[in-house]
Amino acid sequence: MDLLRMPRRDIILFIAFSAVVLAMPIWLQPLGAAYPALMQKLVISAIFAIGFNILFGLTGYLSFGHAAFLGVGSYTAVWSFKLLTMDAIPAIFFAVLVSGLFSLVIGYLSLRRSGIYFSILTLAFAQMMYNLAYSVLTPITNGETSLQLTLQDPRIIDLAFAPRGAGLPTASLFGTPFTGLGSFYFCAGVLLVVFFLAQKIFASPFGMMLRAIKSNQTRMNYTGFNTRPYALTAFVISGMYAGLAGALLAITDPLAGTERMQWTASGEVVLMTILGGVGTLLGPVLGAWLIEYFENIFSAFNENIVHRFFSFLPAEIADPVSLIVSKFVGEGWHLTLGLIFVLVVVFLPGGIMEGVRRVASLFGRRSTPASPGAVRAQPAE
Amino acid sequence: MDAILAQLLNGLDKGGAYALIALGLTLVFGTLGVVNFAHGALFMLGAFCAVTFRQLITLETVVIDPEQLSPWGAPLEIKTPLAQTWFGDFGAVLVDYSVPLSIILAVPVMLLIGIAMERGLIKHFYKRPHAEQILVTFGLAIVLQEIVKAVFGPNPWSQPIPSSVRGAFDVGAMIGLAPGALTYPMWRLIYFLFSIGVIGAVFAFLRFTTFGMVVRAGMADRETVGLLGINIDRRFTIMFGIAAVVAGLAGVMYTPLLPPNYHQGMDFLVLSFVVVVVGGMGSLPGAVLAGFLLGIVQSFASMSEVKQIIPGIDQIIIYLIAVVILLVRPRGLMGRRGMMEA
Repeated sequence: MDLLRMPRRDIILFIAFSAVVLAMPIWLQPLGAAYPALMQKLVISAIFAIGFNILFGLTGYLSFGHAAFLGVGSYTAVWSFKLLTMDAIPAIFFAVLVSGLFSLVIGYLSLRRSGIYFSILTLAFAQMMYNLAYSVLTPITNGETSLQLTLQDPRIIDLAFAPRGAGLPTASLFGTPFTGLGSFYFCAGVLLVVFFLAQKIFASPFGMMLRAIKSNQTRMNYTGFNTRPYALTAFVISGMYAGLAGALLAITDPLAGTERMQWTASGEVVLMTILGGVGTLLGPVLGAWLIEYFENIFSAFNENIVHRFFSFLPAEIADPVSLIVSKFVGEGWHLTLGLIFVLVVVFLPGGIMEGVRRVASLFGRRSTPASPGAVRAQPAE
Repeated sequence: MDAILAQLLNGLDKGGAYALIALGLTLVFGTLGVVNFAHGALFMLGAFCAVTFRQLITLETVVIDPEQLSPWGAPLEIKTPLAQTWFGDFGAVLVDYSVPLSIILAVPVMLLIGIAMERGLIKHFYKRPHAEQILVTFGLAIVLQEIVKAVFGPNPWSQPIPSSVRGAFDVGAMIGLAPGALTYPMWRLIYFLFSIGVIGAVFAFLRFTTFGMVVRAGMADRETVGLLGINIDRRFTIMFGIAAVVAGLAGVMYTPLLPPNYHQGMDFLVLSFVVVVVGGMGSLPGAVLAGFLLGIVQSFASMSEVKQIIPGIDQIIIYLIAVVILLVRPRGLMGRRGMMEA
């Protein structure tokens, strides 16, 4: 079982991570976030960000079109529900396969350039896919109204075993429909698997090769390595992660819309990864959780709630304060997000993980230098 | 023939907007070496200068006249813009021409915003990797966009065309076709001429003034110019301000064609980056050429005859061109060899 042989530190990290993820319904309770819809979103975004980080964090190639793969995954999964069966496994299988194929083609073309040209190429491909999904491909994507299940879907495999039910079916696993926290635990299980895989990739010679691409691609080429296959593999892996995340989105809610593919969605996963810490294992997960959590909590705030929050102050102070604060929550949540993001890039390019490391080194327990995985984001030039 | 000419004309005004934004992007990139994802937001801010100007100039006093009754029986409200109360008929003309007049407001405002942006944030990113430049300006674009949304709300603000140029211009009659065969909205023609004028002004500024000469020298070899005892950083800061003004002016004059909303900048940004890449990173003539070229190509692709052959081509043509150019000729149409090539 070579696959399972890991350094002790990694095993501890994995066990701790599993405990944190599986205990989410407990520790999110006091934070007011322990409802399934939000927890699923947290887990799925984490998968998306981990995958994005395998490309951006390890190789330094900044893709601005990753949401396209997420969208492809979602559409494939919903089509698998419509045509074959409501079971989650085939949906995931096809979604990962198809998004892998898409990322193979797009990655093959885009990786012929690097630096900003790579970013623009991926952005151009993603915009093309988004525009097509929105216009000409409406028979496949259902355009603006989003692709969803209907009562007339063929669902060949399901209907061969059971008669058609009365209402719309829900996603199931081996014939058992998801109920309550079921789909959350399913997503959490998937997250643990892909986190484990990411850990293996980070620790493998392949991961080392990807880091070498980031630090000096020219030198790699002169040493006689053809770096492109490695970068392409990383691109396809991260595209598959995105497709997987898309499929899970479809499983928790069988609906796929074009807005998932828009370039602002690609920007969001970049934000998550940067906020948490590029090139670290836990960083993207932390970033994804923070952004999704605050998006859900903050955007529900309105001026009344803010006002009540500041009611302990005298009215002359409370009124202007709550007026100002209310601009930053609710509808204005994106303003806060943008500000945080600018501040993080300016002052803490390594994200939260670097902040944690700096604080830890302040207390001077160990004077170890930053680990190699935490080098600053550098373009592949 | 008419149809082809008509599409050519249709592409010109959009191409003008692309060219102006791409010109600013290239100026910033060529001087400071910074990839500015917030440039689209500057275009949007310019458009909202026009909105602000109009809001200011149409501040009105409402007088209730109990003698006259409105058709539904309530006392008639007589609304008079303050400008009209103060300046009489001249005030009415001011209101009518609010869009072109807001250039007066937009130039200093955009110059200030540009210089503040450069000094406050972008200055610190000269030496940082391009990926971080992209990220920080992307964050800045979100912030600017959200501030505008908080102030002006999420809905578009339509701006009127001045009444004297509201009609269509008969291009066909001028080149010998039957009258009325080929007409073109007057404001679009004005926009095209305006963009040509601004582009010409920028080029003339760079070519014929001492300031421009120093800036060009700095673009070619920043270090040597610095060693000659010239404060090149200050000039580059001013160039950033000028690029912001160019983007802002493009936004101001575009408001009657497309009512501005807060996310308009992002929509234009993606396209203008494509334009810059097609023209060649760092090449000013390339940016202008590619801007007009892509505007025209896009309007040809949206002809129904073309769409019948290749459905959906109008949606993707610009990106498709960018992909092909990047893969086949990575330095773009007129780019210098080795500009950020790997």
